[in-house]
Amino acid sequence: MVCGLMLKIRALTRPGLSPVDLDLAAGEAVALLGPSGSGKTLLLRAIADLDPNEGAVSLDERGRNAMTAPRWRRQVTYLAAEPGWWSARPADHFADPAAARGLLPSLNLAPGMLDRPIVELSTGERQRIALARVLIQSPRVLLLDEPTSVLDQETTRAVEAVLRERLESGASMMFSTHDEALAKRLAGRWIRMTGGRASLEAGSAGP
Amino acid sequence: MTATYITLDWTDLILAASLVVLNGVLSIWLHLRMERQFLIAAVRMCVQLGLMGLVLKTLFALVSPVLTGLAVLIMVLFAGREIMARQERRFRGFWAYGLGTGAVLFAGTLVMLFALATQIQADPWYHPRYAIPLLGMILGNTMTGIAVGMNTLSERVARDRNAIETMLALGETRGVALRPLVQSAVRNGLIPIINAMSAAGVVSLPGMMTGQILSGVEPLEAIKYQILVMFLIAGGTGIGVVIAVHAAAARLSDARHRLRLDRLELE
Repeated sequence: MVCGLMLKIRALTRPGLSPVDLDLAAGEAVALLGPSGSGKTLLLRAIADLDPNEGAVSLDERGRNAMTAPRWRRQVTYLAAEPGWWSARPADHFADPAAARGLLPSLNLAPGMLDRPIVELSTGERQRIALARVLIQSPRVLLLDEPTSVLDQETTRAVEAVLRERLESGASMMFSTHDEALAKRLAGRWIRMTGGRASLEAGSAGP
Repeated sequence: MTATYITLDWTDLILAASLVVLNGVLSIWLHLRMERQFLIAAVRMCVQLGLMGLVLKTLFALVSPVLTGLAVLIMVLFAGREIMARQERRFRGFWAYGLGTGAVLFAGTLVMLFALATQIQADPWYHPRYAIPLLGMILGNTMTGIAVGMNTLSERVARDRNAIETMLALGETRGVALRPLVQSAVRNGLIPIINAMSAAGVVSLPGMMTGQILSGVEPLEAIKYQILVMFLIAGGTGIGVVIAVHAAAARLSDARHRLRLDRLELE
């Protein structure tokens, strides 16, 4: 287990979100719980600097404003609940499709899936390919918005195993979910969101 | 070359107006309920052109750089207003008017000055008899191109919002994420002038050249003028559209490479 402070968030706020303070250690996962519209997505997007926001966020003591936004987002990467596509086939969305094909079986996907038209894929297949698109860039911090919301139990377990592997190799993670069981299994701490306000709860399972 | 054109009497115009009256009669007969609109539009045209004639007559008599400049400015401001009116989703605040107007101001006056300084060589160079008609023709087309280009961009960016934000979240720059949309917006803005050039002389006889021929100018001379004007229009449209679409793309994103659809008004 790699230890030491990684992501430091101080007074992070934006319209609809009360100021948030949080430290995320290397290898640590924090779950975001709360009803729809409680601000989970707003918080994750603010950390990735995708919307105008205020507050200080740093990675290994390096403030995000000290680097360009694209550089920040390659290390602190947000994955939307409904990810976007800009080309007809999944393979077009990867700089290195061959490497992506190697990653797919661990997510219960056939490597050939990358060459099928996106419109023919199910929501769950698209969600996992989008996850692969993020993982292949090996970000230091993963900000996942409901990464398993449309997956069945078995597939959720597969995704969980892949995420656990990333945590063990030193990545950190924040993920929103409505699946409390998953939150308990994967995260050491939980943040409960209500009306844009975040409150931290210590989890039972340590990281 | 002697100008041998047939001057029109007022009675000639009244005779021609009978055709509009005919339209009105048809409208009543077919229950189109357009007779009022026909009447108002025809009267508006007469009043507007009459005023324009008086303004031009005064400007030509005075040949004042200040008054000509003022006329140019007013024309540009009206073109900017028209660009704004044609946007389905406008920018909030100053930019709704400022962005399109700035682009049309720059492109229109630049190409007008280029023509006056080189090909036309009027004496004095700011003579309104040359400056005003040239600007009018450049402005009309540049304005249309800019309006189409900006409209295409805002519409596509809103439509492809998810794809753009995903690229940004993965660490692409706003330039990369918006490039295909900027390209298609510029392309859409430039299609009308390509069509106009392709159709000229085959499908359409451009109005400027037709007017010169009616006023007795040799057809080949009139065509030379028309070709010059088409090139000026193409240049003005190209410069204007490229500037306006790139400025709009910059306004739809920010220095931290975020998509800023909040800078557009809601539909």
